[in-house]
Amino acid sequence: MTRTSLFSPLGWTLFTIIVVLGLTMPLLHVFAPEDSAFYVSAYTLTLVGKILCYAAVALAMDLVWGYAGILSLGHGLFFALGGYAFGMYLMRQIGRDGQYQSDLPDFMVFLDWKELPWFWVGSDSFLWAAFLVVAVPGLVAFVFGWFAFRSRIKGVYFSIITQALTFAAMLLFFRNDTGFGGNNGFTDFKRILGFPIAAPETRALLFALTVAYVAGILVFCRWLTTSKFGRVLAAIRDAESRTMFVGYNPLPYKLGVWTLSAMLCGIAGALYVPQVGIINPSEMSPANSIEIAIWTAIGGRGTLIGPLLGAGLVNGAKSWFTVSFPDLWLYVLGALFVFATLFLPRGVMGLLHKLPLGKMNLAKNRKERKA
Amino acid sequence: MSETAPPRTPPVVAHPYAFVGTEFDPHRSSPDASQADASGDASYGRLVVPGEVDVSHGAILYLDSVTVSFDGFRALNDLNLAVDDGELRCIIGPNGAGKTTMMDVITGKTRPDAGTVFFGQTIDLTRMNEVAIAHAGIGRKFQKPTVFENLSVFENLELALKMDKSARKSLFAKLSGEQRDRIAEVLATIKLTDAAHGPAGRLSHGQKQWLEIGMLLAQDPRVLLLDEPVAGMTDQETVATAELFMSLRGKHTLIVVEHDMDFVASIANHVTVLHEGSVLAEGTMDVVQNNPKVIEVYLGR
Repeated sequence: MTRTSLFSPLGWTLFTIIVVLGLTMPLLHVFAPEDSAFYVSAYTLTLVGKILCYAAVALAMDLVWGYAGILSLGHGLFFALGGYAFGMYLMRQIGRDGQYQSDLPDFMVFLDWKELPWFWVGSDSFLWAAFLVVAVPGLVAFVFGWFAFRSRIKGVYFSIITQALTFAAMLLFFRNDTGFGGNNGFTDFKRILGFPIAAPETRALLFALTVAYVAGILVFCRWLTTSKFGRVLAAIRDAESRTMFVGYNPLPYKLGVWTLSAMLCGIAGALYVPQVGIINPSEMSPANSIEIAIWTAIGGRGTLIGPLLGAGLVNGAKSWFTVSFPDLWLYVLGALFVFATLFLPRGVMGLLHKLPLGKMNLAKNRKERKA
Repeated sequence: MSETAPPRTPPVVAHPYAFVGTEFDPHRSSPDASQADASGDASYGRLVVPGEVDVSHGAILYLDSVTVSFDGFRALNDLNLAVDDGELRCIIGPNGAGKTTMMDVITGKTRPDAGTVFFGQTIDLTRMNEVAIAHAGIGRKFQKPTVFENLSVFENLELALKMDKSARKSLFAKLSGEQRDRIAEVLATIKLTDAAHGPAGRLSHGQKQWLEIGMLLAQDPRVLLLDEPVAGMTDQETVATAELFMSLRGKHTLIVVEHDMDFVASIANHVTVLHEGSVLAEGTMDVVQNNPKVIEVYLGR
């Protein structure tokens, strides 16, 4: 109903503390001496930065799945498209320092190409690349969504089509002759905006940007979902035909949130690539996109915060397992998903709400909503 | 037109089909579009005012030879029905008589195989989609109460409220004082003021029915289609619902489909009996109840 404030006072306090902590990490990476207990290593910074990018994707996923009831099993595609758009800019920044000392990226020289394919023209401009990062996933999502939602494709059918979409894109990007670097994708980046990409200061700045991005879109998504637009989305999710008889056309609502979600994923991909240093077609594999849904489900969909936690927990567990028990990870992931579905239908957030602290938080929220 | 008629937007003289339903937009009244014909031949004699339902002939809803088949089964079979403006019409009939299908056709959920459905003299509903029909002024309550379970009662009414329902407007929509008053009024009417801020999913079955009726009231349509509105209600609630419907008569047109004969008898002065997709009998409750064909259909089962 009335929008008093986006979060409860407790929520805002926690939010501020976490953002400040997040911004402290890159400072420690740059300024703390390497032998001090407070030093944050490049490995840690990259790992956490990567997880933050995944968290942004989980948040975007929650917007469509948790709030609009649209389960996408192809969100990895939008993430990868953003990553590729920005990755090409990083490839162009290598300049003539590549193996073949050519103006063209190495993989194109290797294929004996003489010039850039048309779609990569202008990719040496940061601004153009930044535009593509948002525009390409947005356009793909818009066109796909337009046809799917207009034909009233819903539920599991929609999910399967998105899964097929990302799989088809993966096959396309795997090919050497399509101009996306084939199997290896884009890697060996050297600079970003002229600054060395592996320098501590650059890493720190990219990390800080990612923290700011996740915090920013959390507030934005919270605003969106507490607006009347968000309530109409929930109405469409719960009873679509009722919503139509009340006089709302679901198409612009669904298409709007779907396209927005894809754009948010694209930006997350663009922040991911310079930190991790590679983008390749495996990001578009169906399993990746399914994993995004699992983060969201485990965190608790329709809560915004939950998927952030889910992405953090699952990926934290993943990086530990893939080092310690690499063969077990997929079983653990599957078990986690089954466990969450059976015993934690509202995910980690549902569990937190049962704790005393969670209850306090919830009560505050309620009181405020009534005021 | 009589001399006492108040001046209004330039009238258009048009063919009854001139108003193409799918382009109907209640938020845009466009007097300009009608200038061209303003001086035209008056002999057609029909005034088309965009966004207004023309009930000059008394009837607000006409179903003319409507037929709907599902896999060879004729759910509606050459159905003819006219409902007057401001009337409270009850529609009864055994299961499978086509009552719900009829509502589906009126609200655009199902397209008829044949026949036309007119809203007033000028609006052809068979050419419009669900959303356009809702905006034109036809509201519907489903057989199974359908409310937005995860939203509060207040929010359910907020969404139903008559206003600009485009996605862009919804982003920044804020309730005005007037709209709040209207919601409070509806909440009082449906006796859910105390439950206003709880989730609608926690209401009892009867309360959900009331909330759905409340949503219709907030939507403020010309015609209310009510599919089994008192199913699952206590006797007390049923009586209150009957009173509510009686008070709405005249301001709105109500079409009530109901199995509860006592309820129908308590509110209806005009009853239509459907059987196998067409009208079997029509008239006052007494006339209908004593109709031998109706008795046969009901007792024969």
